[in-house]
Amino acid sequence: MATPETRGAKRTVLYAIHKAAGAKMAEFGGWEMPIEYAGITQEHLAVRNAAGIFDVSHMGEIAVRGPQALSLLQELTSNDVARLKVFQVQYTALMYPEGSAVDDCVVHRLGEDHYFICVNAANTDKDFEWIMAHNKAGAEVQNVSSQYSQVAVQGPRAAGILGKVTDFDLASLRYYWCGNTQCCGVKGLLARTGYTGEDGFEFYFAPENSERVWNTLLEAGRDEGLQPVGLGARNTLRLEAGYPLYGHELDQDTTLLEANLGWICKLDKGEFLGRNALQKQIEEGVRKKLVGLEMLEPGIARDGYPVWMEGKKVGQVTSGSPAPFLKKNIGLAFVPPAAAGIGREMKIEIRTRQVCARQAPLPFYKRPK
Amino acid sequence: MYPDECQYTKDHEWIRVDEDTGTIGITDHAQKELGDIVYVELPKVGDPVTASETFGTVESVKAVSEVYSPVTGEVTGVNCKLQNHPELLNSDPHGSAWLVRVHLSDPKEVEKLMSAEEYEAYIREDKAH
Repeated sequence: MATPETRGAKRTVLYAIHKAAGAKMAEFGGWEMPIEYAGITQEHLAVRNAAGIFDVSHMGEIAVRGPQALSLLQELTSNDVARLKVFQVQYTALMYPEGSAVDDCVVHRLGEDHYFICVNAANTDKDFEWIMAHNKAGAEVQNVSSQYSQVAVQGPRAAGILGKVTDFDLASLRYYWCGNTQCCGVKGLLARTGYTGEDGFEFYFAPENSERVWNTLLEAGRDEGLQPVGLGARNTLRLEAGYPLYGHELDQDTTLLEANLGWICKLDKGEFLGRNALQKQIEEGVRKKLVGLEMLEPGIARDGYPVWMEGKKVGQVTSGSPAPFLKKNIGLAFVPPAAAGIGREMKIEIRTRQVCARQAPLPFYKRPK
Repeated sequence: MYPDECQYTKDHEWIRVDEDTGTIGITDHAQKELGDIVYVELPKVGDPVTASETFGTVESVKAVSEVYSPVTGEVTGVNCKLQNHPELLNSDPHGSAWLVRVHLSDPKEVEKLMSAEEYEAYIREDKAH
């Protein structure tokens, strides 16, 4: 059991607070981040049953402004940015011409010509350079990652907790909308978004206010069961919710259609990078398909384990873990399109054994309305 | 905090020897590093084990970790409780959550392992890095 290598990794402003809270730290996406505090299972259940608070300041932010902003984002992303009203938010992907994703990201429209994009930490520099390389018309593009901390509050009690520390009308803030507001006495951008499958909020603000925001929220949630949650439970929560993680379900060799992200491919919006490749796949079919799986026998599927069907190795697990809320072992895997089908059995190669699994509908977990 | 009557490995296993039988488990340090343990894979009675070679697997929510045998010998007992209650490894790693019992081929092998005191110094040094 080796100690994870964290040398050279960046730290968020809240590093000392996490250490003092007894968090186990490890490197993720170039950052030394809290992986767990009280334990992944307990943190996961807190988010499903009450609420959790996450330091996600490692996430990158890129601002795109000016009269050319919309056309640049329309060219580079798969979703239809023109549909966004001011303060509306959209899940989308920055595209390669091959129909695969440079990154998956969340676009916030903050003004007529002002967009704010939240991107994956490990991809921030790559995304920024990709956008700049295509910015021939001269939109104003800035990597503003160092100007923002991000704290997420997720779970059925998130709105009640946030309501104690902001005057913003949360009841009228719908899912995937955002607003400029004060929260914990700190100015920032509050979005009703998340990566857990629960209702919740993500707050972007100046890093120097990080401790104030974190401590005020923790205090506000003290009687509501609010717990600090690390990236370990963030991963099991997103997996139950069936959300992809870049580097696992998404990469340069996987098209959005193959990763079940056809719903963010708006081919009728006009030309964009990757559109032709996606159109061709719609006509000719995909090369592989992402499927959900649940284990039928004891054993946990993990990233990289081979998938067997009818005596042949047909694919590979991309993410796998125990699902603490659903209390079964689940995963995501790529298989040939002809092998995909809910209920079909397959075998996961776990070390020296082949263990039975079944393809399951996605998402594994959907929050009660 | 580590029982004096046990010997310890650099891979964070313990062994308690009684004549030519050894009881093997993982240390409290190991369970803390792993986090919530959810699955355990162990050998069968009669299987051979070899010193410094893997004989089983312990999985937490996040990670898969191999368990290495402190000694060479043959498995004479397996802790079946762990199949349904792997969380015992978090709550009682040095007691009820032992993994296997082994008939030692060479009881002298144990002399190469660390004492409780040496093991505590070893993990302190490990943490300092």
